[in-house]
Parts: sequence; structure tokens; C-alpha cells
Amino acid sequence: METTLSESKPNYLNISTTIRSWLLTTDHKRIGILYLVSVIFFFAIAGTAAAMMRLELLTPRGDLVQPETYNKLFTMHGVIMVWFFMIPAIPAVLGNFFIPMMIGARDVAFPKLNLASWYVFIVGAMFTMGAVVTGGIDTGWTFYVPYSTLYSNTSVVIATAGVFIVGFSSIFTGINFIVTIHKMRAPGMTWFRLPLFVWSNYANSLIMVLATPILAITVLLIGLDHAFGIGFFDPSTGGDPILYQHLFWFYSHPAVYIMILPAMGVISELISAFSRSRVFGYKVVAFSSLAIAALGFMVWGHHMFVSGQSPYASTVFSFLSFVVAVPSAIKVFNWTATLNKGHISFKTPMLYALGFIGLFTVGGLTGVMLASLAFDVHVTDTYFVVAHFHYIMVGSTVMAFLGGMHYWFPKITGKMYPERWGQFSAIIIFVGFNLTFFPQFILGLEGMPRRYYAYPPEFQVLNVASTAGASILAIGYILPLLYLVWSVFKGAPAPGNPWNSPSLEWQSTSPPPKDNFDEPPVVTHEAYDYAHMAQAQGALDG
Amino acid sequence: MSQETTSSVRTLILSFLALMVLLALTVWGSFIDVGAWRATVAVVVAIAKALIVMIFFMHLKGSNRLIWTVAGAGFVWLSFLLILTIGDFVTRVPIGPGP
Amino acid sequence: MAESQSLVAHHFSTLEQEHDAETMGMWVFLATEVLFFGGLFSVYTVYRVIFPGAWDAGSRILDLNLGTLNTAVLLGSSLTMALALHAAKLGNRRTMVFFLLVTASLGTLFLGVKGFEYYHKYTEHLLPGLGFQLPNGMPVQVGLFLRMYFVMTALHAFHLFVGIGLVLVLAVFGWRGKFTPLKHSPVELIGLYWHFVDIVWIFLFPLLYLIDRS
Repeated sequence: METTLSESKPNYLNISTTIRSWLLTTDHKRIGILYLVSVIFFFAIAGTAAAMMRLELLTPRGDLVQPETYNKLFTMHGVIMVWFFMIPAIPAVLGNFFIPMMIGARDVAFPKLNLASWYVFIVGAMFTMGAVVTGGIDTGWTFYVPYSTLYSNTSVVIATAGVFIVGFSSIFTGINFIVTIHKMRAPGMTWFRLPLFVWSNYANSLIMVLATPILAITVLLIGLDHAFGIGFFDPSTGGDPILYQHLFWFYSHPAVYIMILPAMGVISELISAFSRSRVFGYKVVAFSSLAIAALGFMVWGHHMFVSGQSPYASTVFSFLSFVVAVPSAIKVFNWTATLNKGHISFKTPMLYALGFIGLFTVGGLTGVMLASLAFDVHVTDTYFVVAHFHYIMVGSTVMAFLGGMHYWFPKITGKMYPERWGQFSAIIIFVGFNLTFFPQFILGLEGMPRRYYAYPPEFQVLNVASTAGASILAIGYILPLLYLVWSVFKGAPAPGNPWNSPSLEWQSTSPPPKDNFDEPPVVTHEAYDYAHMAQAQGALDG
Repeated sequence: MSQETTSSVRTLILSFLALMVLLALTVWGSFIDVGAWRATVAVVVAIAKALIVMIFFMHLKGSNRLIWTVAGAGFVWLSFLLILTIGDFVTRVPIGPGP
Repeated sequence: MAESQSLVAHHFSTLEQEHDAETMGMWVFLATEVLFFGGLFSVYTVYRVIFPGAWDAGSRILDLNLGTLNTAVLLGSSLTMALALHAAKLGNRRTMVFFLLVTASLGTLFLGVKGFEYYHKYTEHLLPGLGFQLPNGMPVQVGLFLRMYFVMTALHAFHLFVGIGLVLVLAVFGWRGKFTPLKHSPVELIGLYWHFVDIVWIFLFPLLYLIDRS
């Protein structure tokens, strides 16, 4: 079943090497790579903004940048990270590449729509970069009114246009994945034989499709208001700024589930592959993804506890926010149970996965703390919140992305990465991350507000620690960039199934042929069928 | 088989006539004072018209359950936004001493 | 069977799978549009709940006759669109093209009437941004209602405009014989989009024009 090296065989990479063949490709694998290059680029830009912020925060006084500049830095960091890295990274890179393969299909349902979604992403990015080069925006990534509509004289219209456009990239990807998973599964690939990565991306696609249109209309209204003064949220004409927040967070809370669900899907794959066990409680984990998708739409008001929202609404939102933590916790329990009595190996992807579980638990628990009204009113808009969401977004999602990139690197490129460098970098990232963000929990509890470029001197020690952590983290991110690119050219050739996984994407050559499989597969086994693999191997050996 | 359900011409024309009747009903009804119910009546009739369009013109009739689910999903999710947001506005209480 | 096999796109196995996937894809897209307009409807609803008097007054400013006419026009265009699809399924090229052109014409008529309504409002100084002046004594929230009216109907009109363009493209392709009883999904899919635009107006009309005329 394991296929041998296939560098000389035609595959999706060498079948055509012109620029035109890349820019006009409808091959989901190439589109995944187009997205990969793009999101890494934007991660670097947004990361640079963060680096400048951390440098400023080395000292209590504002002395590196102007306050207005600092506002622009955190705004651009948020806008670019959220929409041009976090939301597309795992779905549009790993999802695009592997969902069709995992279900045994030749491509997604709408390959041209897939390519269109990448071009839409690029156009949205151009607009957003346009906002950056015309002076940036300083409204925060949340674009709160009335500042963004009435008072800010920065490039709000261009930026909101960029966000409006890139939303459609998400929507197109979501439509494609939903229809693909419903209609393009290979014979025998029933819903409950799907890898959990597919389930997570399915649930995520539901969110993308149902939430993003509300973002679209909301930023459209902001742009129109800033440009033409339509004043839907302007108190002087009867409008209510809180209504803007309701609309914005109705999208943006589900958006954070867009940012975590695909990562959870990756972790299911990694945990099972590197403990050589079936994921414990497969159906429960699958349904928990759907539960997160549904419940995630009913909790947005927890971002508005101190906004002037009615205390009764706040109570309802608080309660529902406790409930939404349950399916996430269930996943953590199931992953842990999967590890139990597994045949564990500490390869790089597994290090990232184990780090994810620990850091996600911290992020998740602090989320439950924030869901509690009495606690939230004290730490809202402090660094406690900042630390909470970075534990999820960076400590969890980015780690899952890196883990997935390493795991699937042999399949994507046909080369192996250097294992020692991988493990070393994973540890550097883990250490750097915690040093950056754990002090921020304490800073928040002590009262340091977010989005401020200066602070009282007693906060300096922890800020210095945080910045030191950030520099370690930066090194940790640069290392994989270097050795993975190096490996593309000089890495050891990879076999078809280096991790001996039963999942369909590994039953093909590395890199795969353009149509993914030489023969369309017929599925007869459950997902994660390691027991069957061991049997078959035993039969071969015996 | 790529032949999906086809509404007959008769069905389509009858549906159109039903829509026109409902239109006349709502316009005429807006002149009658039904007090607090007017919003409900208007929305109910609009839903009826929308259902006629969806079931007969858009061929929901004869489509599988999956399509019905997709057709309804947008409205169900919209109801989350509406219910909880309006819930905020109608339960606002003045805090602290008023003017 | 072999003939229909060559009609299927490369990544699909059967015509049926292709058709099912395309139909589902369009319905999912329409669900996103429901939410897109739904955001605006939500803003409308919240303000209607807290400013009922202003909403009543604002509604009476709108021209009921033109609104009713437009509703009938659009409902008729849905009928003709459905009849065009019916003709496509039977392979009646001329009938299909005829009904597509009628659909596009009715849509254009709707836009014309809408444009006239907007112009009329402009002459009454009720077009926001261009000499806007509320009549004396009217609460300032009536201005909010009117701004909502313009944004909601303009967004709808934009969708209709795109729809008209798509229907005309269909008519051209249809005239050239590109659609057969076996393969005519663009007609069906664009038809779904057209009906959706109709449904948006089905809700817009009573919510904007018929609030309280008693």
C-alpha cells in the first residue's frame, strides 16, 4: 500500500511549471499553495506591527512612536492577522489541499470558484494594503462607531472596502467545502468514516457562510457612513452605536470559531497519527464541531458587557458563553483519552499538538472566566483579554497550523523536513509564546489597559518579559520558514506514507498526481483504522 | 437522471395569481386599522408569498431535504440575530438616577 | 449514456452529481444573501421597535401606488423567469429566449419606476445628502427611516441590476443554442437568484410602504 518515491512520475507540481499554469490553475492543491505563500506574507507584515508595539512597550513612556501611530499599529495588526492570516490559513491552505484527498475526490465541487476565492482574497488584500500606505487606520480592528464613522480621519473607507471584499473569499471557500463534502465523497466514504479534519472544516464552512455576510453588510454601512454620512448609528439622528456592536460581534464572535475549528481538526489528525490510535469518541468529537458552530452564534454579547447593553441580555449571553465552552472541553478530553495507551512518538507535529492542548486549555479556561459577568467588568479592555485570545489564536491556532504544515509537508512537497530542527523550533515557539503572553494575564489583572502606548512604571518588568518572549517567538517562527523552504529544494525525498497513516491522502504518492489518485478509491474502513493497518502489515510480514 | 422536478405551466400561473391576490390583500389590509397586529399581518403575508415563490418557482417542492434545510438555514440564523438584539433593546433599563 | 458522460465536468462522475452540486451551491449562496440583507432588516427592525411613530410617518411619505406597481412587476418577472426555465427543460429555444427577454424587461421597468421614485423624493428635498430637509414638525428619526429606505432599496436595486445583466447573457447564450434539455443549469441557477431578488422585495414592500396607512 505504501508507494515508493515518485519524483520522476508526473505529479501536480511538475506537470506544468509556467507562471500562467499557476495563476490560472484550478487544481485545489496549487490553490492551497497560492494561499500559503499569501498568508505567510501577511503574517510577516502583521507580525512586524506587533514587534513594533512590543518594542514601544519596553518602556513606560511613549517614546518610540507617536500615539496615533501606535493606534494604527494595533489596528493593522488586528485587521491583517484576523482576515489575512487567521481566517484563511488552515482552511484555504490545508483544507483546500487535503479535503478533496481525504474524501477521495479529484477536486472540490467548484474549482473555478476556488481560484476566484484566491483572487478575491488578493484584491481585498490590495485594498487593505492601500489603506496602510495611505496612512493606515486607527479605529481598532473592531471599527467601533461613532469614532470610525464620524471622527477618524484615516483611510477607513479603503480599509472597510478591503475587509468587505476579503469576506467574499471566505464565503466562496465555505460554499465550495460544504458542497464538496456533501456531494463528492468517494464510494463507501460515509459521513462517519470521514477524518475529523473534514468534520471540523465542514462545521467551519457553515460558520463562514452564515456569519460573513453580516460582516459584509456591517462594514459596508461603516464605509457608506464614513463616505456619505448615512448615519445609521449616529445618535444625533436617532441611531444607536450599540446596534453597530451587535452587528459587528454577531459576525466577529463566530469568526473566532472560524479561527479555531479548523485548528481543532488538525489536532485530531495529529494526535491520532502520533499515538497510532483511533480518536476516542469519534462521533462526539464530530458533533462537538457542529455544536460549536451553532452555539457560537448565540454568545456575541459577551463582548459588550460594559457597552450599555441591557443587563438581562448580558445575563443570557453570559450563560450561553458558559455553554459554548462545553463542546470545546469535550474535544480536549477526547484528545487526551486518545493519547491514553497510545503508541506515542514525539515528532515535530506531535510536539505542536501537545502544546496546543495545554495552551488551548489555558485560553479556554480564561475564556470561561471572562464569560462571568462579575469578573469581566474588571478585566474588560485590559491585557487579560489580550492574553486570553492570544492563547487561543497564537498558542492554539498558529501552533496547529505549524503542526499541520510539518505533518503534511512530505505530501505537499515530496520532501522530508529536518526532524531535529522541527522539534527544536517547536520548543522555542512554546517557550517564547508563554513568556510573551503569560505575563499579560498578570498585567491585565493588575489593571493595565490594552491599546495604550504608555503605562504606569510599575508594569514595566512584566512588559519587558513579554517583549523578551516576543523576540524568542519571532526566532521560533523564522526557523521553520528557513528550514522548510530549504527542504523544498534539498530535503530528503519523502515516501508516499511516511507516518503510516490510514487516511486517504496518504494512500497516494508524495507529491500526489494532479487528479489526486491513480484510481478513484473505494472506502471500506472506518477512519483512523490503525488496527486494520497493523493486521494487514502483519499479514504482509508474516 | 438530470431531470429535476418541473412545475407545470398551470401550476406556475396559478402561483402567480395567488401572489397577486396576496398583494392586493396586503395593500387593502394596510388601510384597515388592526392596531398592534399590522406588523404581524404584513410579515405573515410576506412569508406566504415568499413560500409560494420558493416552493413553486424555485422548485423546493420535489427537492430533497438537504435543499429544504439550506433554504431555511439563512432565516433561522437571522432569527438568532433578531431575537437576541431586539431582546437587548426592549429590556434596557435606566441605570442610576434619571433626569 | 456515453454521450452524457462527455458532457460532465472532469471532476464529477455523473451529470446528476454535477447538477445536484451546482443547485446546492446556488442555494448555499442564496442563504448568504439572506443574511446579507438580513443584517439590514435587523437594523430596520430594531429602529422600528424603538421609533414606531417615526416609522409610521416615514412610511406614509413613500408612494404606495408606485410601490404596489413595482411589486406586481417583479412578481410577474418571477413568473416569466420560471416559464423560461420550463421552456429550457423542454428544449423550446425561442420560447425560452422570449421569456428571458420579458423577464429582463420587467426588471428594467422596476428599476425605471424606482429611479422615478428616487427623483421624486429628490424634488421634495427628501433625498439624503442632496438638499435633505425634513418637513417641519417631523421627528428627526423620520430621516433615519428615509435613509434606511434608500440604502435598502438601493442595495436591492443593485442586485436586480446584476440579475438583469445575467438574464440578458442567458438570452444571448440561449439564442445561440447553448442550452439543451439535458444541460441548462445556468438558466436554472440564475433563475434561483432572480427569485431570491424577488423575495427580498416581497419583504421590503410591506415593511417600508405598508406600515400604517389607516
